[in-house]
Amino acid sequence: MAGMTPSGSAGDDRSYAMGMHTEQLAGRTQQVFFRPEEGERFLYPWAPEVDYNKRAELDADALTSTEVNARLRALMQEGYGTIVVRNPRGKHSLGVGILNRLNLIFEGSLGYFAVGLIDGPNVRINGRVGWSCGENMMAGTVLIEKNAGSTFGAAVRGGDLVCRGSVGSRTGIDMKGGTIIVGGDTGAFSGFMMQRGRMVVCGNAGKNLGDSMYDGTIYVGGTIRDLGVDAVPAELTDLDKAWLTRKLRQYELLPAQGVDHFTKIVAGKQLWNYDNLEPTEKKLIL
Amino acid sequence: MAGTSYKGSEIRSVDQFISSDGLDSEREKEIGQHIGYRYDVNLLPDYDRLTHFLRKYIEIMGWDDLNWLEDVHMGYEEGHAAVFDRNINGWVRVPDDIDLPDNQQDRDMIARELLVKFQMSERHPMVELREAYRKF
Repeated sequence: MAGMTPSGSAGDDRSYAMGMHTEQLAGRTQQVFFRPEEGERFLYPWAPEVDYNKRAELDADALTSTEVNARLRALMQEGYGTIVVRNPRGKHSLGVGILNRLNLIFEGSLGYFAVGLIDGPNVRINGRVGWSCGENMMAGTVLIEKNAGSTFGAAVRGGDLVCRGSVGSRTGIDMKGGTIIVGGDTGAFSGFMMQRGRMVVCGNAGKNLGDSMYDGTIYVGGTIRDLGVDAVPAELTDLDKAWLTRKLRQYELLPAQGVDHFTKIVAGKQLWNYDNLEPTEKKLIL
Repeated sequence: MAGTSYKGSEIRSVDQFISSDGLDSEREKEIGQHIGYRYDVNLLPDYDRLTHFLRKYIEIMGWDDLNWLEDVHMGYEEGHAAVFDRNINGWVRVPDDIDLPDNQQDRDMIARELLVKFQMSERHPMVELREAYRKF
């Protein structure tokens, strides 16, 4: 392990400088405190200033995915806040890792892992997308005008991921937050191992909806083939209806008859076995 | 929020976890820690309670609503109000001298504002982590 930093030297200094050792760890807190006087900033310190009114166009026809993504970063550095990508031609992993506000428009269809790991931008895709669109998305909005493949919004953590058409199976698998909206139908095992966040399906849902979900909420406007393990219906409250109405209207997906017919699905929490497992774990540690 | 039932305990009051140790069930007392979240992770925001700062943030980002902040709530860690920051995978405590409103919806709005201000500040650990490990 040549080159490893010995403990107690430079590595520790850095973590101390970052304020991560102000006192001995107790429980799970890192004892980091908010400062009420913190300045009014709205963007990450490293995010370049962009102007939504400054518009650029990028022809992706002869470029690789890496080159397209590099050009997008360069344009943001130059202050462009609206970027239109033409001829994406189903290339994979386009628009990934953008950690800034930006209006990004793709004129055409994208391949797999489109706009993954984003934190802030507003993206419109005037076409279809392949697998895992918006995978690990942190914040922002993504609107797909046509259909999407499987594992749409896998492990999404925040933001709105919207597909006007239908999507494949395992939509929102392992989602940890955020909102997924499907204008059409969704396939089998949607919401599989969902941990939190909200999924809205305006059409029908395939079999095993919400299988092994831990928490979070699924709303379905059409029929549900069947529910997965520990997914149970719940009462649609006034707050649910108000939120659904506002959110669906925002993306022009509000059904003519409103949202009263939506079925709400939540976790039954019968798979929460901490009270059985934790004492055992504690004994093992002791 | 009040009346929400959890596997480990039932949340009866908004101050339950800052006025007591929050260990309710026999199992929680036995293992010395709470089971499950200490707030309703599914609570939807009441948009009538947005703060001025949050309205401005939404406008600058070009969104129509709270977006990712819909999943941010004020939680409680070791008897103190705190907010979970996903970027450092840890709780960030709310100073004790900040007066907490008497309802979860307003507390959540304060939590969202504090979290955005902290994440965007130069003293956030992500700033140094990015310097040390960024690839592009």
